[in-house]
Amino acid sequence: MTTLTKTEDSPAPTGPDSFLSVRDLKVRFSTEDGIVKAVDGLSFDVERGKTLGIVGESGSGKSVTNLTILGLHNPRTSTVEGEIVLDGKELVTATERELERLRGNKMAMIFQDPLTALSPFYTVGRQLSEPYMKHKGASKKEAKDRAIEMLTKVGIPQPKMRFDDYPHQFSGGMRQRAMIAMALMCDPDLLIADEPTTALDVTVQAQILDLLKDLQQEFGSAIIFITHDLGVISHVADDLLVMYAGRAVERGSVREVMREPKHPYTWGLLSSMPRLDSSVDEALEPIPGSPPSLLNPPSGCPFHPRCAFRDQVPGTLCSDTRPPLGEGRAAACHLTAEQKQTIFIDKIQPRLR
Amino acid sequence: MSDNLTLPAQQGPSDATPSSTEPLLEVEGLTKHFPIYGGFPIKRKVGAVQAVDGVSLSVGVAESVGLVGESGCGKSTTGRLITRLLEPTAGKITYAGQDITHASRRQLAPVRSEIQMIFQDPYSSLNPRQTVGSIIKSPMEVNGIEPAGGREKKVRELLELVGLNPEHYNRFPHEFSGGQRQRIGVARALALEPKLIVADEPVSALDVSIQAQVVNLLQQVQKELGIAFLFIAHDLAVVRHFSQRVAVMYLGKVVEVGDRDSIYNRPRHPYTHALLSAVPEIELDGGSPEGRERIRLSGDVPSPISPPSGCRFRTRCWKAQDKCATEEPPLVQLSGNRAGHLTACHFPEEPTTEARDEDVVLDPALKALEGDAD
Amino acid sequence: MLQFILRRTVGAVVTLFLIGAATFFLFVAAPSDYASLACGKDCSPQRLADIREALGLDLPLVQQFWDFMTGIVMGRDFPTGHCSAPCLGQSFYSGEMVWDTIMDRFPTTLTLTAGGAVVFLVVGVGAGMISAYRRGSLLDKIATGGSMVLSSFQIYFLGPIVLWIFVYSSGLMDNPKYVPITQDPAGWFVGMLLPTLVMATIFTAQYTRMARSSMIEQLAEEHVRTARAKGMSKPYVFFRYAWRGSLIPIVTVFGMDVSSMLGGAVVTELTFSLQGIGRLAVDGAVHKDLPMTMGVMLFGAFFILLINILTDIAYAYIDPRIRLS
Repeated sequence: MTTLTKTEDSPAPTGPDSFLSVRDLKVRFSTEDGIVKAVDGLSFDVERGKTLGIVGESGSGKSVTNLTILGLHNPRTSTVEGEIVLDGKELVTATERELERLRGNKMAMIFQDPLTALSPFYTVGRQLSEPYMKHKGASKKEAKDRAIEMLTKVGIPQPKMRFDDYPHQFSGGMRQRAMIAMALMCDPDLLIADEPTTALDVTVQAQILDLLKDLQQEFGSAIIFITHDLGVISHVADDLLVMYAGRAVERGSVREVMREPKHPYTWGLLSSMPRLDSSVDEALEPIPGSPPSLLNPPSGCPFHPRCAFRDQVPGTLCSDTRPPLGEGRAAACHLTAEQKQTIFIDKIQPRLR
Repeated sequence: MSDNLTLPAQQGPSDATPSSTEPLLEVEGLTKHFPIYGGFPIKRKVGAVQAVDGVSLSVGVAESVGLVGESGCGKSTTGRLITRLLEPTAGKITYAGQDITHASRRQLAPVRSEIQMIFQDPYSSLNPRQTVGSIIKSPMEVNGIEPAGGREKKVRELLELVGLNPEHYNRFPHEFSGGQRQRIGVARALALEPKLIVADEPVSALDVSIQAQVVNLLQQVQKELGIAFLFIAHDLAVVRHFSQRVAVMYLGKVVEVGDRDSIYNRPRHPYTHALLSAVPEIELDGGSPEGRERIRLSGDVPSPISPPSGCRFRTRCWKAQDKCATEEPPLVQLSGNRAGHLTACHFPEEPTTEARDEDVVLDPALKALEGDAD
Repeated sequence: MLQFILRRTVGAVVTLFLIGAATFFLFVAAPSDYASLACGKDCSPQRLADIREALGLDLPLVQQFWDFMTGIVMGRDFPTGHCSAPCLGQSFYSGEMVWDTIMDRFPTTLTLTAGGAVVFLVVGVGAGMISAYRRGSLLDKIATGGSMVLSSFQIYFLGPIVLWIFVYSSGLMDNPKYVPITQDPAGWFVGMLLPTLVMATIFTAQYTRMARSSMIEQLAEEHVRTARAKGMSKPYVFFRYAWRGSLIPIVTVFGMDVSSMLGGAVVTELTFSLQGIGRLAVDGAVHKDLPMTMGVMLFGAFFILLINILTDIAYAYIDPRIRLS
């Protein structure tokens, strides 16, 4: 948890453990309807060997953030400001060639839907071998051996035979395993998993989540795990970042956030989700309204139009002023610490038990 | 809210017990095989996707029955068979005492309005060229129903009931968010004052914060209007929240069915155990998921074109024996189970979801990696 | 695969037979026939009967049809001599063997088609690809705008303009004509240059637009993004991953275009006064020349079916999902 607390004032300090550091990231898209502020002033750090979970709904900017880290955003329609420092290397200003050397090598990505994310035209083996040959200068034979080793590692039966199969000959779970094997080919230091289990069945999801955890232990990569599912996050992540409307609204270790969430949006997420042990007699407590349009986000705190507790904040603070997200364990909310604690204990916690 | 509706008051949901009176919907041995053609030189039927194979279940008046299972288990096909969007290959569907298994369009007409469907995708299930008003109105027009006060008034009432602004009568679906679109779908289903709604994954395409809104709406509809639900979903927590009884499907068959508490707290079928243990639950105390059993199956669900002989779950089951391959386990009440809790298993598990002495890990990769770690 | 080709070939033969039957019976059902046309104004019943007998039109319809169809496989004997297989009969109008006439005209059509195909594949698809690769650039805008304008032109509009510029007003070139490539390759090239280019220009514009949009669609595919995320370079991803998928629509349209051109590029041939298959088809219909019409129809249909099969094989080669299902 050191990264969450030991960030100095200077914008790009990377502590000895902070492997990836994002500072005040702003990503904007120009569309026909106007400028979309997909990510608006986001900062976070990831440590080696740790998993940062980023949770948020559609349009929260969580996927855009990670495509931007890899430099896969469309440069024609988007502008990126801020800093992304990976192992001492600034990525926002890096050239395409420099990024290409890092992608698939130092940082790799796992996508949501392995059926569309793997090319239907080439064998799984070829798609696995390619990055290894490119980044490690390996021969075809070496790449094949490595690919078979990785396929074995992720639990694909008969990997030697499956090497020459096409993705459509794999089942959904096997495809995602192949995707993970592909991401791990070059032993990346940073692995970004964008909703890697959302398209999978629950029993397969459980296998894949455990597999990722076990593989992380073996490979020691830092993982950014993006999902909309707090349950999944609480199983895989060490640290947690809750995003809303392109901003981080709450940050802390998973344990801290789950035990005592501090942001009204996080409260809303937790109390709107039915759990296997929650009471069935009480209605769920949904967050009213819908997520805001990023073309024209609300002023001040982006959550204020949906927030049930804004009347406890004096004046028009919520609609005027954007609450800052402090360092370390923090929530971007104008409620005072005492108010947050009282509300949580009196109103939120009872619903969750 | 409910006084907007002219629906006759029906008996409230019976408390977690299936009504002893005649069920509203009864399904027996329902089967759907989709033929596969191939061969040379003349194409012929070479096999069949056994999507649904002998499913029996019942839904009481104003009861909510959940149907859970993973993709390809046939839960959606079952829903489509019951609403007769698909023609059953075999079996029998009885609605309110009437056999509608192979009823013709005309025979079905009076029943059609009483059984409605809500679909998963709120984007593709609404015609983008129609206004919300005409979308909700059209089922009344098709069925020639003229409610008191006119159709338009009724549509406005329905819009209000599902939490939309009646002023938005003339708007088009694209002007609404995903959650609002699903509300439109609910309003359309309610237009004919149905007695049974088959909801196929009604909230799985929605954002978490919106999901709860729609679940609450459906629950309100179910309780206040006394509408029976067949709630088809893969999310076990949502199904538990919504349904009084739950049926678990695997590869075209119901493997376990029973009261909510019975299924979720005292499951007997190994697959139900595996399913429940795979749900990634939030650990609110911030701890690890200790206390719950950990079962990790290997691989994916087998192909429904050539399902395993005997018990279909046996290829992924840790308790499977020779008997499982030769003999299909019947769906019966096991000793020690509550009435109505039926399980199809030769070697059922202990009725608990508590952690075991040793995890069941069938996945070879996981086993290898976890073995290394020790 | 072999099974697939076999099945498709059998299907193609059946289709050809049905097309033959349809053409034949539709033709004879038409109100005027060749015999009365050839008989002229001062026609006597006796003369009409003589003509009919000479042409074999006195035989029962089914017999006529059967003779024609078996002739394709076995060859036929006519009073004027033997017509060896594949025999498409003897033209009523010219008295020539239809097959020989078609073979005489085919090189013209083949030159047009092949020449055109090379141009619009290389230039058209190439320009579309570059345009997609440099999307939003000046080059892209020129290519998109230019192809938009050109593809809305028509051969019978562009053709005369080109002829006027290069032939009639400046005298830079002779009137287009076909010279066999075996006799005079240079003459062949020069003679067919203008018609081929004019026809290719319009097709090229269409292929540019199609290749561009198909490529842009492929570039938005998730697997293309995955390839980028692996660190593969932009050109590599473009030509390995995106290109492959963009081929399917191009191959589809290409197959359709080429097969219909081989059956006769009527407008181009008429515009440039070339003697190709298209011209034969028009003349056959005008003269009520049954064997000629049948011959040209079946000849064209043959190419359509053949290229259809080739297209499907190409699909299987491009996309393993088709190959392995």
